[in-house]
Amino acid sequence: MSESLMDLTLHELSELMRARKISSLEVMQAKLARLKEREPQIHAYIRWDEKAAIEEARQRDNVQDHQGSLWGLPIANKDIICVEGVETSCASKILSGYIPPYNATVVERLRGEGAILFGNTNMDEFAMGSSTETSHFGVTRNPWDLTRTPGGSSGGSAAAVAGGLAIAALGTDTGGSIRQPAALCGCVGLKPTYGRVSRYGLIAFASSLDQIGPITQDVEDAALLLEILAGHDSKDSTSLKVEVPRYREHLKKGIRDMKLGLPKEYFISGLDPQVKVAIDEAIKVYTNLGVEVVECQLPYTEYAVATYYVLATAQASSNLARYDGVQYGYRAPNFSNLVDMYFETRSLGFGPEVKRRIILGTYALSSGYYDAYYLKAQKMRTLIRQDFEEAFKKCDAILTPTSPSCAFKIGERMNDPLTMYLSDIFTISANLAGIPGISIPCGFSKEGLPVGLQILGKHFDEATLLRTAYAFEQATDHHKRKPVVR
Amino acid sequence: MDYEPVIGLEVHVQLKTASKLFCGCSTKFGALPNAQVCPVCLGYPGVLPVLNEKALTLAVMAGLAMGSTVALYSKFDRKNYFYPDLPKAYQVSQYDEPICLGGKIDIEVEGTRKEIRLTRIHLEEDAGKSMHFKGDTGVDYNRTGIPLIEIVSEPDLRSPQEAYQYLKELKTILEYLDVSDCNMEEGSLRCDANVSLRPVGEKKMGTRAEIKNLNSFHNVEKAITYEIERQKELLSRGERIVQETRLWNADESFTRSMRSKEAAHDYRYFPEPDLVPIVFSAKEIESVRVSLPELAQRRKERFMKDFALTAYDAEVLTAQKDLADFFERCLKYSKNAKAISNWMMGDLMRELKLKDLGIAQSPMSPEHIAGLIELMDQGKISGKMAKDVFLEMFGTGKSAQEIVSAKGLSQLSDSSQIEGVVKKVIQENPPSVQDYRNGKKNALSYLVGQVMKATQGRANPKMVNELLVKELEK
Repeated sequence: MSESLMDLTLHELSELMRARKISSLEVMQAKLARLKEREPQIHAYIRWDEKAAIEEARQRDNVQDHQGSLWGLPIANKDIICVEGVETSCASKILSGYIPPYNATVVERLRGEGAILFGNTNMDEFAMGSSTETSHFGVTRNPWDLTRTPGGSSGGSAAAVAGGLAIAALGTDTGGSIRQPAALCGCVGLKPTYGRVSRYGLIAFASSLDQIGPITQDVEDAALLLEILAGHDSKDSTSLKVEVPRYREHLKKGIRDMKLGLPKEYFISGLDPQVKVAIDEAIKVYTNLGVEVVECQLPYTEYAVATYYVLATAQASSNLARYDGVQYGYRAPNFSNLVDMYFETRSLGFGPEVKRRIILGTYALSSGYYDAYYLKAQKMRTLIRQDFEEAFKKCDAILTPTSPSCAFKIGERMNDPLTMYLSDIFTISANLAGIPGISIPCGFSKEGLPVGLQILGKHFDEATLLRTAYAFEQATDHHKRKPVVR
Repeated sequence: MDYEPVIGLEVHVQLKTASKLFCGCSTKFGALPNAQVCPVCLGYPGVLPVLNEKALTLAVMAGLAMGSTVALYSKFDRKNYFYPDLPKAYQVSQYDEPICLGGKIDIEVEGTRKEIRLTRIHLEEDAGKSMHFKGDTGVDYNRTGIPLIEIVSEPDLRSPQEAYQYLKELKTILEYLDVSDCNMEEGSLRCDANVSLRPVGEKKMGTRAEIKNLNSFHNVEKAITYEIERQKELLSRGERIVQETRLWNADESFTRSMRSKEAAHDYRYFPEPDLVPIVFSAKEIESVRVSLPELAQRRKERFMKDFALTAYDAEVLTAQKDLADFFERCLKYSKNAKAISNWMMGDLMRELKLKDLGIAQSPMSPEHIAGLIELMDQGKISGKMAKDVFLEMFGTGKSAQEIVSAKGLSQLSDSSQIEGVVKKVIQENPPSVQDYRNGKKNALSYLVGQVMKATQGRANPKMVNELLVKELEK
């Protein structure tokens, strides 16, 4: 395996850039070399523009007095976040050829720090999936074992970061789509509080659950990126005016005074014994660090998956209705009238998982069923949020496994949607409650597959999450282990 | 059997904002197709709406002026349906928690006052416009996202005339508030009518038809009249009314079925997750209430009290806000309110109507009208002269003083000058003088006429009268 700048973290490269020990062009060339070497096996990306990347790197290098904390450093983008002039398709045929005429707010913010948005990573179509297998552009392979999925939906981003194909990447998380692939690929994945990061320019799956967050090699990088991504945006009415702390300054404050909760509902049958072992080890690490670990209850946990699949699919059925072949994207080649064009375009343009969810969601909103499904799910969502509010009276953060299993085989769950949906059983509640969650590497299975530890925090308390994660990382070496890609 | 019509109206009103409901695009009428659009109103992937606060305030103003209760908590919902002119495939509207509930509008038909209750007023965005060409259809999204309020009445209207009056009152209120242009030609006011019949005395409502595409107040009246007749005929033949949506054809004056109840959309309403609920404090609502402008009814009462106008005159002048504003501007230059009212309601309105102009396009300014009245009040011109001067003012846009000076038209009020003419007329008309002196007092008017003729009408008639009598009774 070749030595590469790509094995350094964002904050390490940022230091080197500031000290002028490396150039943006060198980083970009290292990245392109890696892509040549590993992308054919991993297939983390849907598309990238080599010429534009080199050009942008040169431009950054030509600026004498640069200030941005990400100056000249490439960040991989998930194919669901709009970059002006760059085809963005949500890994769907129905958006093929769609080129956004504007930038997402997060893109503006990253560029404001000098970052270069490089490439759009693969994902489940419209972020609907937990394995990146529903992509119109083919599967992404897990760098730790190429016969396994990287998880999803941000599987391309996680595989790129784990496989040394990206220094850091953007992901989006509606029910676990940042945290679960981060866990399965051995990365750090942070889903911020709902309302913390602007959704403007994030192509909506389920508007009341979607959040953008970073997938990185370590906790410090996650803190660095969140500092840039977070903050109120006048273009997003659901982004809140809550002050953004300087997260990196909080990292080293220590966790000696902290209480961490273990929800008994998360340590159930169905949890892979190897995952259980790693999590137990992680809890020991915290105990050794002087943290008090207490049991807590989240009694409505068992309803989370059902609640999620009503709310998320209902909102998706409405959000995805605009892909009708009229204004942009794919339009069926043959049709006889308007309604026929709708039918043909949507029949040919969407993949089976997306169709399944549109039908589910349409049903849940239908006249006569609304109260039984959507309204009830909304009430359940409130109860789940209250569960966490209660739990956080007893602890500062909650520890759980991120995923009930390690990375699973490609194809293994494709014909079993229910098992696939259960991949997100531990991550979904955070989206429903709107709270932040982070997944960090906490061990490996006998087969050498990474296991993720999830830390959940109070609304807008990402600082505590990051501090808790950082302390663990400092005490362990899991995050330093890299896969051998062959 | 005698039937009673039961009518309810749904009126869509475009709010007078510079920008659209959820983005910064202009709302100006008449732009080239798709010249006033952006990724947000086009519903491009990833965009989010941001509520226009001005639209919110205007909706609250309308509600308060109509006696509605403004909700302390209301929210937006998505109304989902597929149509090419609806780029997101849903309309952001308000479903079960609208911004205003209840309210009323008072109408008067044939001297009887009646209160028409409102169900609700809600905020929503407009859709675009499909344009059909030979073999092709295009969409103009300029209207997409324009802020609207929908004002829904209870089924309290009982005749096409009542519906007409309701719309007129509604328009007056909205214009007074300046919340809308209420211009039906430009689509800033649109109306759908729900019409049903029931036997007189029956409490239960009959099956209704909803009539769409009503593009003027008169068409609303005509379409409802047609629909009542259509339903009466069906019922008299023993047939049943079908619940459906019908389209009014204004050119040929009939309604035709557009879609049945069975074919109606299931809109799958649910709360719009991209917007936060609208929350007001009682204090905020109160501050809008105190800032409301004076409305027609109040203004009418004030006109009667302060300017001693008759109820009828005050009613006519205040029915249109711009007319009442014009009247009050005239008062800045002349205190003769009665004369201003007479000139406006008589000559000015007549001339404007002949030229098909509104008061806003009047070639005569309030200052000019008042100037004319001042010349009369100072006795410088006679009433008869004033009529001619008025026409010339209207035609040229000049002031009364300018016209009178240029033509040497000003009234003769110099008694020595008039006296000379009076003497001459008495000398030249001995028979009439004799008649007068013999007690035929109406001979005087002939002599007055002769004086006026000799002065080309310029002599002050009052002075002529006095001087003649004085001379004749010497």
